[in-house]
Amino acid sequence: MYQYDEYDQAIVDARVEEFRDQVRRRLSGEMTEDQFKPLRLMNGLYLQLHAYMLRVAIPYGTLSGKQMHMLAHIARKYDKDYGHFTTRQNLQYNWIKLADAPDILAELATVEMHAIQTSGNCIRNISSDQYAGAAADEIEDPRPWAELLRQWSTFHPEFSYLPRKFKIAVIGSEEDRAAVRLHDIGLQIHRNDAGETGFRVFVGGGMGRTPMIAPVIRDFLPKADFLSYMEACLRVYNRYGRRDNLYKARIKILVHEIGADEYRRQVEEEFLHTRTLGLDAPQAEFDRIAAHFAPPAFESGLSDEIDRSDPDFALWLDQQVVAHKVPGYAIVNISLKPTGGIPGDASSAQIDLMADLGETYSFDELRVTHAQNIVLPHVRKSDLYAIWQKLDAAGLATPNLDLVGDIIACPGLDYCSLANARSIPLAQKISERFGEIGRQRDLGELKLKISGCINACGHHHAGHIGILGVDRKGEENYQLSFGGSGAEDASLAKIIGPGFSEDGVVDAIEKAVNVYTALRTDGERFIDTYRRVGEAPFKEAIYG
Amino acid sequence: MGDLIRFRDDETHEEPAVTLDAFLGQSNATAVRLEPTDDPRALIPHLSRLSLIEVSFPKFRDGRGYSIGSILREAGYAGELRAAGDVLVDQIGPMRRCGFDAFLSDAEIDRDVLDKLLSLHAHVYQKTVDGRAPVWARRHG
Amino acid sequence: MKILTGNDLVTGDVIWWTGDGWSRHLEHAVDVDGQGEAIAAREEAARHVNTPYVIQAEMTGEGPRPAHIKDRIRAVGPTVRPDLGLKPADPTIGDWVI
Repeated sequence: MYQYDEYDQAIVDARVEEFRDQVRRRLSGEMTEDQFKPLRLMNGLYLQLHAYMLRVAIPYGTLSGKQMHMLAHIARKYDKDYGHFTTRQNLQYNWIKLADAPDILAELATVEMHAIQTSGNCIRNISSDQYAGAAADEIEDPRPWAELLRQWSTFHPEFSYLPRKFKIAVIGSEEDRAAVRLHDIGLQIHRNDAGETGFRVFVGGGMGRTPMIAPVIRDFLPKADFLSYMEACLRVYNRYGRRDNLYKARIKILVHEIGADEYRRQVEEEFLHTRTLGLDAPQAEFDRIAAHFAPPAFESGLSDEIDRSDPDFALWLDQQVVAHKVPGYAIVNISLKPTGGIPGDASSAQIDLMADLGETYSFDELRVTHAQNIVLPHVRKSDLYAIWQKLDAAGLATPNLDLVGDIIACPGLDYCSLANARSIPLAQKISERFGEIGRQRDLGELKLKISGCINACGHHHAGHIGILGVDRKGEENYQLSFGGSGAEDASLAKIIGPGFSEDGVVDAIEKAVNVYTALRTDGERFIDTYRRVGEAPFKEAIYG
Repeated sequence: MGDLIRFRDDETHEEPAVTLDAFLGQSNATAVRLEPTDDPRALIPHLSRLSLIEVSFPKFRDGRGYSIGSILREAGYAGELRAAGDVLVDQIGPMRRCGFDAFLSDAEIDRDVLDKLLSLHAHVYQKTVDGRAPVWARRHG
Repeated sequence: MKILTGNDLVTGDVIWWTGDGWSRHLEHAVDVDGQGEAIAAREEAARHVNTPYVIQAEMTGEGPRPAHIKDRIRAVGPTVRPDLGLKPADPTIGDWVI
């Protein structure tokens, strides 16, 4: 993975000093909250329900054991001994004091971490495929490009006061494990007819109040033009994105209102200009970055044999372990969704344990996924049993990857000042209702996502089952929708009917699941059956 | 209103800036004022006779001026490029990187804070119109 | 009744206007009647509070109870982690919030 050189370190250190001074000026009254807010947001610091919340960047979801240990340390020293992994591969601390924030950033900087641009109307953390560099289906590792984008977007002066936040995702396979079509810009590495790799560029996707699937703006962008083209895309947005209405300020609204063809035309016109400015880093820079992502020293001649005699281990193996491109190796998914637990939360002890496992068994590398889970990307099959035993002892071995118990939930009204309803208690109830693992496995892949408000941080629009918490006359109420997907078969979930109480929606889900099992044909997932038979049978069963 | 902060050696321009429409309609103005919605490229044929372009920042959160400044410098404009309005001390650094070399804020700017902020960032990742070498250029000579 | 709330600037703690200062405990909150906005402006300018606002509450035997669930959650902490809230030993706190 990428290692800072003296320049990267100097840039992060300078930011810490800058923020320290900004906090000083806020506390002394030289700055009002209105003036300070965009500055603290650009350092990932929110004011939430109970305290300040700090969102630490985990660039494209990749981190080392040392960095993971630092996250545990900060949880212990400055917070309440736990952290929350988010749907954008970041980590959040919920109980931060403003006065401590500069010191926290200083400590993070010692392990090449930061909270730069994890909030604010600027380019956010670049996200990517959690299996990058390990998956068998990968055309090319997208992470060097994600790192190039990270550097290009960090403190980009022209794009620090955009109309709204800007989220970019990069992948390197046909299968979309990063929901690129639901990002402001999605980039997919693919091959053209000449066999060269370049980028398919999607612009204008997103969730929130008006979810949209991004159209293709450019089918093949050559690598040499990468940054010039991104500049053009962002400049058109910065100039023409709406600034009159907060809820219509994302680029998806611009692309929708002027049309993809017109947006493309404007970008291509600006690109003719930006490509003359020498903005693209030279090949030598890309090669330097890419060298950090060279495969680790995989052993050869390793056994593919696994002893499955322990039934609990076998269950975990079947659900959590995914094929690696190198023989003898595997990708391990660590569940942060224990039955009845808080999705995505991990105690400092659990974070330390995962760090140790990364260091010992995965070439010192871990990943964070959009589903709020953790990945050990490069594990020898011969080590799987030992890893499972350690995970199991720490409550991290629930075998529910992509099953109905693998719930994605935003923090909701328990933590978030933007929320209308709580999401975590609902996730816990659903998890308990479907707790029996045999039943979950029978139901198969079922991506259930819960958001506590229309901002959709729980990605409910992309859920096979999506739930939106609303405020209905002062009471928490839940809208149920079906048929969303963030994968390459992208679709937006559709509301099934009037909303429910917390208990009501759990019952409704059970009814829907029963419809699925009654009507499914061989090999169909919940979403496949829903797409085939339509909403009518589900509606009938739920509302009777 | 704060004092004019300038990073230029030449004389301060005294002539009032006219609006873009007025400028394009008349022949002899040498100073023009752009609003965030104005297209700076309309000035490209006239840049050589402009001594001052003032770009309005009505609200500090409105970042359109940063693109306006960049576009003007990319087009070769060499006169004074002034950011005016809701300009806070923490924005002056990024504005300079977008080509601005003069600042007229609605509020007083603390010069000590400004000097400290401007000295903090020895390295920049991106190539912009300010001419500073981006980090990748330093890495590869 | 109307009560005034906000967050402590330095720590981020949820605080309530008591009439002559700010407390982390909702029970100490007083009715600000029509003075809420004025007190908020003054206290924010003095940096005794960050982003204050006035809310509706009803007086009960246990003290003020905010009308909106969001502020009840602010008063005691996340419902899913009562151990981290203001009243970790109170088993009835979940019912009070909801």
